[in-house]
Amino acid sequence: MAEKPIELPPELAARLKAEYVKDWRAELRRNPPVKERMKLPRQPMPQRGAGERGRDFLEVNRGLSPEAAAAEARRCLDCAKPGCVSGCPVSIDIPSFIKLVEKGEFIAAAFKIKETNALPAICGRVCPQESQCEAVCNLKKAAGVPVAIGNLERFVADYERAAGEVALPELPPPTGRKVAVIGAGPAGLTAAGELAKKGHAVTIFEALHEPGGVLIYGIPEFRLPKAILKAEVEYLRRLGVEIRYNFVAGKTAAIDDLKARGYEAFFIGTGAGLPNFMKIPGENLVGVYSANEYLTRVNLMRAYDFPAYDTPVFRAKNAAVIGGGNVAMDSVRTAKRLGAERAMIIYRRSRREMPAREEEVAHAEEEGIEFHFLTVPIRYEGDAYGRLASMTCLRMELGEPDASGRRRPVPVPGSEFTAPVDLVVVAIGQSPNPLLLETMPGLKVGKWGTIEVDPATMASSLPGVYAGGDIIRGGATVILAMGDARTAAASIDAYLKS
Amino acid sequence: MPRIIAQRRLVPNLHLIEVEAPDTARAAKPGQFVILMPDARGERIPLSIADWNAARGTVTSVFLVLGTATRKLALLKSNDEIPVFVGPLGRPTEIANFGTVVLAAGCYGIGALWPTARALRRAGNRVITVLDAKASYLVYWDDRYRRVSERLIVSSRDPGIGGGEYVAEKIKALVAAEKIDRVMAVGCTAFMRSVSEATRPAGIKTIVSLNPIMVDGTGMCGACRCTAAGKTKFACVDGPDFDGHEVDWDELFLRRKSYFDEEIQALCRWEKENLP
Repeated sequence: MAEKPIELPPELAARLKAEYVKDWRAELRRNPPVKERMKLPRQPMPQRGAGERGRDFLEVNRGLSPEAAAAEARRCLDCAKPGCVSGCPVSIDIPSFIKLVEKGEFIAAAFKIKETNALPAICGRVCPQESQCEAVCNLKKAAGVPVAIGNLERFVADYERAAGEVALPELPPPTGRKVAVIGAGPAGLTAAGELAKKGHAVTIFEALHEPGGVLIYGIPEFRLPKAILKAEVEYLRRLGVEIRYNFVAGKTAAIDDLKARGYEAFFIGTGAGLPNFMKIPGENLVGVYSANEYLTRVNLMRAYDFPAYDTPVFRAKNAAVIGGGNVAMDSVRTAKRLGAERAMIIYRRSRREMPAREEEVAHAEEEGIEFHFLTVPIRYEGDAYGRLASMTCLRMELGEPDASGRRRPVPVPGSEFTAPVDLVVVAIGQSPNPLLLETMPGLKVGKWGTIEVDPATMASSLPGVYAGGDIIRGGATVILAMGDARTAAASIDAYLKS
Repeated sequence: MPRIIAQRRLVPNLHLIEVEAPDTARAAKPGQFVILMPDARGERIPLSIADWNAARGTVTSVFLVLGTATRKLALLKSNDEIPVFVGPLGRPTEIANFGTVVLAAGCYGIGALWPTARALRRAGNRVITVLDAKASYLVYWDDRYRRVSERLIVSSRDPGIGGGEYVAEKIKALVAAEKIDRVMAVGCTAFMRSVSEATRPAGIKTIVSLNPIMVDGTGMCGACRCTAAGKTKFACVDGPDFDGHEVDWDELFLRRKSYFDEEIQALCRWEKENLP
């Protein structure tokens, strides 16, 4: 049915096939037949209404019921050549877990996912499935609407957690080899889990006081509840992973100090924690935040619950968020929840170039977020107390495509206008944080400040040092970071055994 | 969680806190700071490192009891634990044999500048120290500074002390009297600014340790943006030391007051709940 079959690596193809040919799978495939499966409608994700959710930080999506999950699983055609797996950066055996859902074996389904992904409750929520597994789902090509793989992943992970049956895989005997993982974000947590499953003694060194990296400081509660993250981290702890908080690698101790303490291999997953600013006048006025600061105050430091928590954040009347990515959507929806009368996205291109996930944009629209496309701020003006009072913008129009293939925005002459704002959140991307890298002489760093690695192994220029996630990509997704981490963990395992 | 070794009042409103942090104690250098958080609901705040003991594995800071976080800190006892104590952060102060160095310290800065004073003396500098205090009973650690300083001057607006001359006048007099190679000032923003203005006409290099609001302290959030020599810097990773003649002081004052109303609100609430 696919236009051209997608070639999977032989080892992965063999693993999938071994499951595909099992008797129960063959039997399930026959009943109901493919033609009937193709007629089944996609199960919608139940959501809290926009009015109800617009003023609190509780999760928007409610998750599928067991019945809806089984019904959705029936839509999966159980293809001989599943496109979905090729679209998954961590190569989850998607057909196997979905067929287990169809049979009602939800715990077994969760276990199947965890063979290659230790954090399914997170991925089921924040992965851009529509541009990964679901984009290459054969059902999408055949009938237009892909299987809701992400919603099913979320369902089985939540089911397993609610059942209190989070099973541990069988662990090999300890190897006695020590591995240091720098950063407890998606990449670091994944690498740690994979290495622990191989029997190595893993310590994560984390700068902040809670685990999760961007999952704790960046992604809001209404998209990823902290309790979910906590449960996933608890799973890693049960695998034997140790987390050292309040430890800034490169400052609290150097990589060489850790070597002297017996750590033989390193995985660097320090992320893209350096916010970009536009360098326009007024950007240091009180009331202009980086998205990192704004979201960190609200999420990690719980400023939404000020003054029960001590960390404050501005509660604006007119909030403008600069940018069109997921971080911008998180910021603007947060501003709205904190009471903004107007919460606006200011984006320099048009709607179709916006990098944010469609679901996030739709949720934002439902919640009353204003979108101002083809608009770019050129300066901010303050009041007598140095507080942000207004911003001046230019209108843009789209010109020729640039290096990214997107049409370049060009200013419209004479289109300047000024609007009152008392909060601006700059969400135009981030650069890799150089703090650790500066302390590692000999580490090859690319021109955007990213660590240079061999993409096949994630090995850096220093022996025993591997890296993945935004520190090598500059700014990507949670799941790509996790894919890198899996590759790196396999390489580290091979390195320790060599 | 990091454990408190000691917490006590040095002089009214200025407290010392010593925390068990072996890695930080081993790595600390003059001019660096830590970020700490007094309890699970508290704010992350930066404090300069005032001393450390690598053998004991402890780090000491001196802080002014001012807002909610520092009120909470001032009530901690030994063996209490706090959720956050992370460091050493920031770039260390440049230590070299500059010749004659004038150190100007006030308030918590008397503690904060001590590691620098000791290191500068060891590097062979001639050290002259000016300790600034609102009253004579607010001076502390003068015995320590006396050990490394050729001269120790106390400045105050209290007319009973040194003629009631504020720090700027003392600095101006020193600059007029002899060749000074470098000045270092640590204390509140107004104090550092007035020292910087006092040395500007003579063009004497003046290093200050900036104290903006911070959250993570590792360059991740940009809350601590300040302007030096016309460029935006992150005080946590580019500083905290800057050339005092290049700092945009007005901007720093305004940004430090970002949450003035919220800080009062939080403190009032805390006092209502915790004070008799």
